[in-house]
Amino acid sequence: MISVKVNSKFNGEPLPLIANQMRRDAIWSIYQGRSGHPGGALSCADLLTVLFHRTMAPPKRRPDSYSDDYFVLSKGHAAPVLYAALASRGLLSRAELGQLRKLGSRLQGHPDVSRLPLVEVSTGSLGQGVSFAAGLAKAMQLDGGKDRVYALVGDGELQEGQVWEMAMFAAHHKLANFTVIVDYNKLQSDSANSEVCGLEPLADRWRAFGWRVAEIDGHDLGAIEGALEESGQAAGPQVFIAHTTKGKGVDFMEGQPLWHGSVTMSREQFEQSMTALGCGVTEIEEYGHVR
Amino acid sequence: MSAEAKANAAPALVGQQSDSLREAFGKAISQLAETDTAIVVLDADVAGGTGAHHFRKRHPDRFVQCGIAEQNMVGVAAGMAHRGLKPFVTTFAVFMMRGLEQIRLSVAYSGANVKLIASHPGLDVGPDGASAQCLEDLACMRAIPNMVVLSPCDAHEVAAATRALANYEGPAYMRTGRSPCPNVFDAEPEFTIGKGRVLREGRDLTLVGCGVMTQRALVAAEQLAKEGVSARVVHMPSIKPIDRELLIESARSTQLVVTCEDHNIIGGLGSAVAEVLSEVALVPVRRIGVEDVIGGSGEPDELAQHYGLDAVSIISKTLAFYRELNSHD
Repeated sequence: MISVKVNSKFNGEPLPLIANQMRRDAIWSIYQGRSGHPGGALSCADLLTVLFHRTMAPPKRRPDSYSDDYFVLSKGHAAPVLYAALASRGLLSRAELGQLRKLGSRLQGHPDVSRLPLVEVSTGSLGQGVSFAAGLAKAMQLDGGKDRVYALVGDGELQEGQVWEMAMFAAHHKLANFTVIVDYNKLQSDSANSEVCGLEPLADRWRAFGWRVAEIDGHDLGAIEGALEESGQAAGPQVFIAHTTKGKGVDFMEGQPLWHGSVTMSREQFEQSMTALGCGVTEIEEYGHVR
Repeated sequence: MSAEAKANAAPALVGQQSDSLREAFGKAISQLAETDTAIVVLDADVAGGTGAHHFRKRHPDRFVQCGIAEQNMVGVAAGMAHRGLKPFVTTFAVFMMRGLEQIRLSVAYSGANVKLIASHPGLDVGPDGASAQCLEDLACMRAIPNMVVLSPCDAHEVAAATRALANYEGPAYMRTGRSPCPNVFDAEPEFTIGKGRVLREGRDLTLVGCGVMTQRALVAAEQLAKEGVSARVVHMPSIKPIDRELLIESARSTQLVVTCEDHNIIGGLGSAVAEVLSEVALVPVRRIGVEDVIGGSGEPDELAQHYGLDAVSIISKTLAFYRELNSHD
């Protein structure tokens, strides 16, 4: 049903392979960059895989972009996986991913639209990307645009009051072209959400703000794809609460707040991570040289 | 004076009550939007106070009510700009500051074509008191890269500045004002971002003003002349970028520069002028403004008098600065 939407570059390539490649690329760039946030990048890799390879069709009107739809990474610290997603669509070279966080690089530690227009807006201060996305959706409501706006927000980010200002605004303005996805990995910088400042009952909270709510398994590629296919069938904004695991795919990072933060990975940790993601010794050796 | 007589009266340089700067903005943006269909106005439930009510009435389909939620409003504006619209964000200056970090990241660092129009700056706000009197906005906005900062002085100039902003691509902040404001200009002047202008020639010293203080500086200069001190008056509506050439030329042709602003003396017009002139070390710069204190309730003219921002205060402070300077000769 969705084959027409698949970028020809990946036509036929199974989503799990794309997702795995994205994780490897994100880890490699964080290793190269000598810092970055792996936990929250890995938790949303499957969501970005579906968005960039199924949900958001290749562009007709925005030729230099990934789609006519818009994607906003409100949790800007997951930048490495956004860059990996753009590389998976051929919009950045894999070699450039090794420039993460380097002086003068387009791949800043957090997305910087002044250097890399593909990211749509600079994010990294939590709560701001979702308002920008709502503004895009509002503008399209005014100009009759038929495309959609997707915003990915972190769970800890929901503690920002601005998110709920946005939630009221989007519901009040009936922004039916607007989809927010919560990367609900249950962990934030310091520890579990429930210990820092609890979010539950999260679905009820969004519902009470006038949003259509669905909960999905954020690592079930088929479920994500099916859920996002139904975006646009509500009279107002929709939120998908995607239950995820922080550090997903790298066993020793999974569920560990330690790997939320900006970490410098040792060579050993890099190799362990890549092994966990299915890389053989030769592949690890060659990573970054052949690409 | 009857309405008819008022309309027929010759425009005076000072003393004539005109529109408030906020009303002037509301009328100007409504007018511009007749032909510029990309203009949208965002409001945080204070349209009646910012002049945006004129736009809401004329262009309800392009008026975006955001509720009392300034952080979100700033972000929404950035998103709308990304789609090619020209958002004008309107609220009181002090509430615009609630979105300061959003202004920094979503607007300025992102280079979004968003215009921030702040009514109710300074002590000119009056009886609402300190919580509503923004004395820090020029300093904060000026410190943000990419941000243009304007403070025009009368209704005619607000109209011209609004037009300039609609034609300028990039982030900008403009102060309007709450109180009815005497006209400085007889008609809409030319307005160029980055340019100031000499309103009165003088040999001894230069008064540099912005916003409502320019008209007071003109009144002061008139009186100073009677005291035997010839004051040049420079109006500097563009605080960033500032008109370096005009400031340096003024400093070269007079002995003292005195800045006048309805703002904390830290970080605003006075600081901007001092930054330019300290690099060329020509003449002393003295700053008139609110002396790093919090304001309070009172009528605008009472507050101006109490905190030393009225024309009488400008005269006495300027004379003191000038005499102090010459006593050292």
